[in-house]
Amino acid sequence: MLKVSLYRYNPEVDQEPYMQDVELDTGGKDLMVLDVLELLKAKDPSLTYRRSCREGVCGSDGMNINGKNGLACITPISEALKNGKGGNTLVLRPLPGLPVIRDLIIDMSLFYKQYEKIKPYLINNTPAPAIERLQSPEERAKLDGLYECILCACCSTACPSFWWNPDRFIGPSGLLQAYRFLADSRDTATEQRLSELDDPFSVFRCHGIQNCVNVCPKGLNPTRAIGHIRNMLLNRAS
Amino acid sequence: MGMVVKSVTSFGRSGLSDWLVQRVSGVVLLAYFLVVGGYLVCEGSTMDYAQWSAFFASTFMRVFSTAAVLSVIAHAWIGLWAVSTDYLTERMMGGKGLVLRLAFQAASAVVLFTYLVWGIQILWS
Repeated sequence: MLKVSLYRYNPEVDQEPYMQDVELDTGGKDLMVLDVLELLKAKDPSLTYRRSCREGVCGSDGMNINGKNGLACITPISEALKNGKGGNTLVLRPLPGLPVIRDLIIDMSLFYKQYEKIKPYLINNTPAPAIERLQSPEERAKLDGLYECILCACCSTACPSFWWNPDRFIGPSGLLQAYRFLADSRDTATEQRLSELDDPFSVFRCHGIQNCVNVCPKGLNPTRAIGHIRNMLLNRAS
Repeated sequence: MGMVVKSVTSFGRSGLSDWLVQRVSGVVLLAYFLVVGGYLVCEGSTMDYAQWSAFFASTFMRVFSTAAVLSVIAHAWIGLWAVSTDYLTERMMGGKGLVLRLAFQAASAVVLFTYLVWGIQILWS
């Protein structure tokens, strides 16, 4: 039997959140954490969480698993228990730092607001060529390690700087995306993008503790991207 | 969108300049403590007040010490400002966040300004 400790909160019924202890027969299989949730939801349909693709592509089921943010669908129970916190109990909580809507579902408005701020789309006002804007293989290679972000919010909600200033610090996810467009040879708004990042909060609240790198389910490195942005700002201003 | 983040109490009004000042002042302080520490390690066992005082009286050490004092002021302000804007915020504690933050920043400014004037007075008088 697998012991599971679940964060439960239904604002319509509960005064405050609580941890619910349940047990589940996994049949000795090393299921993914999402499978555990599905089995538990079959027993108690009131259990609420987000999910969609169940294969680590959509980024819906980011949650705090035994103290570490990750995607439930690609985290096996064995790996979750190895995190150390919780002993032999699987401990599932919502991603930290943002308001909880219900159970494992958080309000990601501030996260998306920061994403919106960095203008996550190609800006190029020169006349479009007949077919497409070409890139050399080398120029294209610069986007590797950046475009793969699925916006699951595991990194930003693992970042203390984002916990304290989610309204002003863009956060690792947004900054990785910001660099994705700064590094794109087809984008012509580099100067405008950089000028909007020079304040003391947007980029410079990053103190390089690399919680983001530690949790990213896609193995991306936001800290390195932030370093590149800082170098671009330094280059431009000195 | 297009929301510009403003700050009038940060050291240089720009995140990049604060970041750079923080790094440079850190290097100055490291070099200063290595020089003073190295001198103490080499001479400390036999040193008297006259020798210690003469060490700091040279023009080189006066300039270096002044740079170190200025670095402490800048480094501390940038650091304390970051701490105050992390923890003493309206988001964390409602309306009193603003009052507490400004009070903390004002108190920090008074202490650091005192250190600055006092330090220069000790070094150059």
